[in-house]
Amino acid sequence: MRAALICLVAIVHREALRFVSQRGRFLAAIVRPLVWLIVFAAGFRAALGLSIQPPYQTYITYEIYIVPGLCGMVQLFSGMQSSLSLVYDREMGSMRLLLTSPIPRWWLLFCKLFASTAISIFQVYTFLAIAALTGISFSPAGYLAVLPALIVNGLMLGALGLLLSSTIRQLENFAGVMNFVIFPMFFLSTALYPLWKMAEASTILRDICAFNPFSHGVELIRFALYGQVDWMALLWVLVAFAIFLSGSLWGYDPSRSMVRRKA
Amino acid sequence: MTSGLDVRGITHRYGKKTALNDIGFSLDKGTFCALLGPNGAGKSTLFSILTRLFVPDAGEVMIAGHSLAREPGKALARIGVVFQQPTLDLDLTVRRNLKYFAALHGLAGKDADRRIETSLEQVNMAERAGEKVRALNGGHRRRMEIARALLHDPVVLLLDEPTVGLDAETRNSITGHVHNLASEQGLTVLWATHLVDEVRANDQLVVLHEGRIQADGSAAEIAGDTPLQARFLEMTGGGE
Repeated sequence: MRAALICLVAIVHREALRFVSQRGRFLAAIVRPLVWLIVFAAGFRAALGLSIQPPYQTYITYEIYIVPGLCGMVQLFSGMQSSLSLVYDREMGSMRLLLTSPIPRWWLLFCKLFASTAISIFQVYTFLAIAALTGISFSPAGYLAVLPALIVNGLMLGALGLLLSSTIRQLENFAGVMNFVIFPMFFLSTALYPLWKMAEASTILRDICAFNPFSHGVELIRFALYGQVDWMALLWVLVAFAIFLSGSLWGYDPSRSMVRRKA
Repeated sequence: MTSGLDVRGITHRYGKKTALNDIGFSLDKGTFCALLGPNGAGKSTLFSILTRLFVPDAGEVMIAGHSLAREPGKALARIGVVFQQPTLDLDLTVRRNLKYFAALHGLAGKDADRRIETSLEQVNMAERAGEKVRALNGGHRRRMEIARALLHDPVVLLLDEPTVGLDAETRNSITGHVHNLASEQGLTVLWATHLVDEVRANDQLVVLHEGRIQADGSAAEIAGDTPLQARFLEMTGGGE
């Protein structure tokens, strides 16, 4: 038990050191949603009318609507970034070092997942703080209530990253996966538009959005920011987390073909 | 059963290609064994199996009496590994790298600090602990990886072509150091190489070629009357 905790602290510490040393990554993680918030949302404000819908009790501006989606986006990018670093670790050999530890492999992978979630949450709160400076703020209780939602969503997206990293062979292949994972997940979700708005354009698109686990992650965050729990979204995210995690444990199982590589 | 390393009937395939075919050998405590084979002989595949990066299609590995398949935690805790490819964080200090590794083995605090000091002293690198790995030359990085592999007091030390890319003097000194670890500290060493001059006459020698063991015995016995280099080329069909 003590060994497992020592291991957890060391892995989180290493990931944090790596994060701190990559200032560009942090800057990009914060600037990206701010550009959406300040530039994109301002432009869309006039074009897009939003009716009253839960959890909102009144009409809201588009900037308010988009914030939970951008929190999700920060976590989505962070999860994929962690996945990228896992592929990098494998190419550079440090993954071998990790996997030859006598600590059970599932725990080592969980430590990685925990570290990436913690880093993504730090980024989200930084983004929320800057958003508050621009006048888009929530109640103190909302900031507190969103933490468990961010943990669950971060774990789900981190597990997706872990799953991807177990299947990707080379760093070069990663750019394609980013395009095929990040963009569809983000655009085909409720991050930018509510489901009913999507349905006006196409019911198929609406159905895809409703199926996308990232939508449910965003809704979980949205409701949590107002001190509410969207139970359906929570269930959906937990199921997606369980599926992604099982897939990645399978992928990293030494008896499976996924990690077999001709050394 | 030996108290060192026991490899029994390992067979492994990549698709249709058989990378290892019924590999078996046994190393007693304190043995220095050179695993000699040309490039592509299956050495790295065998190392991946010995370190449980993947499990073989058939066969079993016993480390200090513990089965790698049935008791992976106990078995892995007893091996130290130096991979062919360096596995260091270049932007972290030597000490920070070693601390990370110690933690992966559940070691922390004063115990980890003491072990780090001792293992760095063993490779004459105590004064380099605060330097970033990027500042070290290839030889020092290798020494450091050997120090790291010994941090948790393993019984078996596995090294996969550890002298690749090093100059002759450094190569010699590292080979000598690891030989001493076997003879003086009783470590069981498996040293994979394709360089015959790293093998000493009284070392155990396992010759691997095209996934099969061609010879297993003392280097002097295997060489017989001919120089080991010539004997090795003969067994592996004329060299690389």
